[in-house]
Formats: sequence, C-alpha cells, structure tokens
Amino acid sequence: MKLRKYLIVYKKFLHTSLASELEYKTNIFVDLITAILSLIGSIFLLSIFFQNNVRIGGWEFEQALIIQGIYTILNGITNTWFNPNLKEIVKHIREGTLDFVLLKPIDSQFFISFKNITPSGLLEIMLGCCLLLYCIKINQINLNFIFLTLCLITIICSICILYSLWFFISTTTIWFVKTWNATEVLRSLLYIGRFPLNSFSFSLRIFFSVFIPIAFITTIPSEVFLGLSQLWKILLEVLVAIVFLFSSRKFWLFALKFYSSASS
Amino acid sequence: MVQNIIDVKDLSKSFDISSKEPGLKGTIKHFFRRQTKSLKVIKNISFEIKEGEIVGFLGANGAGKTTILKILCGLIYPSEGSILVSGYQPYRRKENFLKNITLIMGQKQQLIWDLPPIESFYLNAAIYDIDKIEAKRRIKKLSDMLEIDDELFIPVRKLSLGQRMKSELLAALIHQPNILFLDEPTLGLDINAQRNLRKFLKKYNKETNATICLTSHYMKDITSLCKRVICVHNGSISYDGKLELLLKKLTPVKEILIVCRSEEDAVKLKNSGFTVKNKINNEITIKVENNSITSSLKTILNNFDIEDLYINEPPIDEIIGKILIKKEYVI
Repeated sequence: MKLRKYLIVYKKFLHTSLASELEYKTNIFVDLITAILSLIGSIFLLSIFFQNNVRIGGWEFEQALIIQGIYTILNGITNTWFNPNLKEIVKHIREGTLDFVLLKPIDSQFFISFKNITPSGLLEIMLGCCLLLYCIKINQINLNFIFLTLCLITIICSICILYSLWFFISTTTIWFVKTWNATEVLRSLLYIGRFPLNSFSFSLRIFFSVFIPIAFITTIPSEVFLGLSQLWKILLEVLVAIVFLFSSRKFWLFALKFYSSASS
Repeated sequence: MVQNIIDVKDLSKSFDISSKEPGLKGTIKHFFRRQTKSLKVIKNISFEIKEGEIVGFLGANGAGKTTILKILCGLIYPSEGSILVSGYQPYRRKENFLKNITLIMGQKQQLIWDLPPIESFYLNAAIYDIDKIEAKRRIKKLSDMLEIDDELFIPVRKLSLGQRMKSELLAALIHQPNILFLDEPTLGLDINAQRNLRKFLKKYNKETNATICLTSHYMKDITSLCKRVICVHNGSISYDGKLELLLKKLTPVKEILIVCRSEEDAVKLKNSGFTVKNKINNEITIKVENNSITSSLKTILNNFDIEDLYINEPPIDEIIGKILIKKEYVI
C-alpha cells in the first residue's frame, strides 16, 4: 500500500518537474549542448594525460575511458536528481519552506530527494552508457550474467554513496544555514573520480578511500568492468554504501529535531 | 459537550540565539567566537481550544505567536510542557495527525511556481492518498467556495497575490483538515481580497466545524472571525478570553459628538455635569461610560435641543495596539 502511494507520488513528481522544465525550452537545449561538450572536453583532457604515457597508475587509455564512462553516468545522475533536489534543501531551510514538506504525510527525505528532475542530465546518462558500450567493445570484454550483475551492484552502490555524501552535507544546513560551498567542494572532488585511484599517491589514495570515498564511486565499478576487481573490494563497496545510506538517514532524522523553521 | 481539540499545559520554548556587535571588529569576533545565549521565547503558557472554535492569537512582532502555531502543528519541538492536538503529540508528526491539520502562511508558498495551481492540487491529493475522482470533486467544491475558476489553469507566477493566496488555501485544504493554522493569511492582500478570504474562512468553519487558529496584524481579520483571542506578550499569555470582553475592558468610555441647534444649548450642555472633551461652536464632544450610555442619551435628548449626534467607537487597531506595545496594558 505504502509502496503504491510512493510510486504514485513519484509519478506526479516526474510529471510536475518535467512540465516545469519544459516551460523553459531554451534552457533545456543549452543544458543538452553543455552535456555533450562536457563529455568531449573530458575525453580530450584524458587523451592529453595519456599522450606521453602508455599507462597511468597501471591503467591504459582504453581502460581509463571506462572510468570516464562511469563518471559521466554518475554525473548525469547528479545533474538529473541530486543537483535539483539536494541543492534545494539549503533553500528550503533558509527560507523556511521546509515547513510545508515536514507537514505532509510522506517521508520528508523522499520528498526532498526526489521532488525535482532535470531532464538534460538524462542525456549525460545515455552518453555515459554509450561510452561504456564502446569501452566493452575496444577492451574486448565478455558480457555475461555475473558480469552485468556485479556492474549493476557496484554502480548502484556508487550512486548510494554519492547521494549519502551530498545529503549528509546538505543536512548540516539545519545548523549552519548556508552550506552551498560544501556541496560545491563535493562536486569538485567528484572530478577526481575520473582518474584511476592508483594514479594518486598512497596518502591521497587513503584520503579518497576512507575520508571521502570518491575512489569507491568510480574505480571499483571500473575494475569490475575490466575483470580486475577482487571480491573483497566489491563487498567493501556494498558495505560502505549501506553504512553511508543508513547514517545519512539517521543524521537527517536527528537533525530535524534541531530544525527551528525560519522566522516569518 | 464540545471536546477540547487542543490542550496545552506549561509550554515553554527556548532558542539559542547568537548576537553580534556592530562593525568589522564585531564581525570578525562573531566569526571566530560566536556568543550564543539561550532565549526563552515561550514562557509556561497553558490554554485549551475547543473543536470548531476560531481563536485569534494577538501580539506584537516577535511576541511568540508564530512560534506557538509552529509548535502546535509539530514543526518545532517544545522545550518543556505538554501539548495534545487532536489527541496527538504534534512534534511526533504521525501520519494521521498530519492528515488532520494544515498550515497556511501568508508570506510563504507551497505552490509550484512555474505550473498552474491545479498541478499542485493533484500532487497534494496524491500525497494525501486522495484518488483522482475524489480530488476533482474537492477541487470543484473548494474552487466554487473560493470563487476561482480560470486561475486554476494559469501558471502561479502569473497570478495576482490574491489569486495566489486563494490557490494556496485550496492546496492546503484539499485533504479536508479538522484544524487550520493560519499565520497572517491576509498579508499583502487588498481590501477586497482580504474580505473574500475572511468570508471563505467563516463559511468553511460553519460547514466543516473545523478549528481555526489565526494570527494576523489586520484587526479586521480578528474582529470578523474570532470570538476568542489569546494575547501573547513576550512569550506569555496576557489575555485569553472573549474579544468583546477585552474591548470593553480596554475602552470603558465612549465618546459622543452632539450637534446642538444653537451655541446657547451647547454651553448649557457643557455645564450640565458631563465630562466634556471639547466644544467647538454648537458641537460638543462628551465622554460617557459604557454602562451609562442609554441613560445619558435619554437625559440629553429630553433636556436639550439636539440637531444630531454620533457615538464614536474608538478604532480597534488603536485599542489592540495598546496591549501589544505597552507592558502596563497587560491584563
């Protein structure tokens, strides 16, 4: 019953946010062009890095393209769902419109995480998928059920980690009121995810694995694609994703107790 | 017997407030070492509200009215005391409780800015588990009551403030709540829009027996809707009772302007023992206590040659203003 309600509400969310976006046609075209140019620019940058090196951190250019593909998909998801929703949390809290969300008989985290959608990000997801298909071809990867399942699991875990990190930072707005910059820093750190984890020094590898698990987000799914990943790494990513999701949820519920609403 | 729908006992709320000294030095000091102090904005208040009542919360800016409303609807956790609204502890925000209440804020909106209001109504209907046919029926009924029609299909950003407020009301009432919390609902509206909104709220209360808690700085909202008022002064309740009684207490005296046929009569009247405020030619203004108005008028009409007379009610804004700003008027 509850699931059905949430599906109906999500359908409405999709409908209303798409309708809102379609009110501004030019904006959609600009976003679409930006997505294409951004991907071309990223591949160009990557090719420059590999111009004088056959391998970086043990990865060849064709293999590194997989990371770029996964990064593009995640960036597309960020632009489609996280950016238009999680950025709004700051606005909701600053302007006090979170009041309306909290007074609705629906999970507030669901509401603020899925209310909006930016359709142009979907193109990035498609471009990322195309790049991955191309990488499968040039790297001569054999497609089978286990391979596809593991890829899907690791990518879903990556999405969960990224979402939790972003949501966690946005939640701190309840105390600090203005945390735009922190989410921007997170986005910048995500750029690091375009490069193989092994291409960084040991200390940076630890930092990006333990403190801000950006490395998990792209490197492990890419390793799965190339058949290089070990089982413990995949299990670790699943565990990290569960812990992050659970913690972000608990943190949100805890933070709401301190919500004082904006003055009128 | 009418049940209490809201029951508040010894409610207090404190906030941590940071203060900043002026100037660059103060700003730097504030940045590195923020001085915070706990401020008690609501102080041990208790009251009950019965089902179907319309209660106005009066108070100056910052008195604590909105905080009380937000605690009642579950947005703010109370620091101390007990609250029951419709049998629920509001801050737990249980689903059945949330389906029972609504909050409308004159200065904030929940409608989707780029879309016509009808889209927001159907979204709210989905959130409140109302099926499409029932939602359509409720929208029709409420839009008839609110006298809006074509506006439902125009993007919110293109609507006037009055039309937007009506649409906000419709969005907030689609789930047929039993308790309405209204925080300055007529803010910024023109006189006609204010009147229409009041008319609607009266009708809604009469038809559904919904309880309404209202804050407003427009006295007309309070006088035309609320029989009972709760005055909040610095986080405490300074008066809780009938509005009529409050006004009587605050204005024990009325002014009567008497136009005599001749100045001679005016002089005679001036010397007849009434408390005279002023006298200009044949017009004289006297002050009479509320309980002796009838007898005084009888005396004047029987003994003097009167052309016309007016009983002046002191402006209600002025009277209420007194209890809002001056501590000595606390009852």
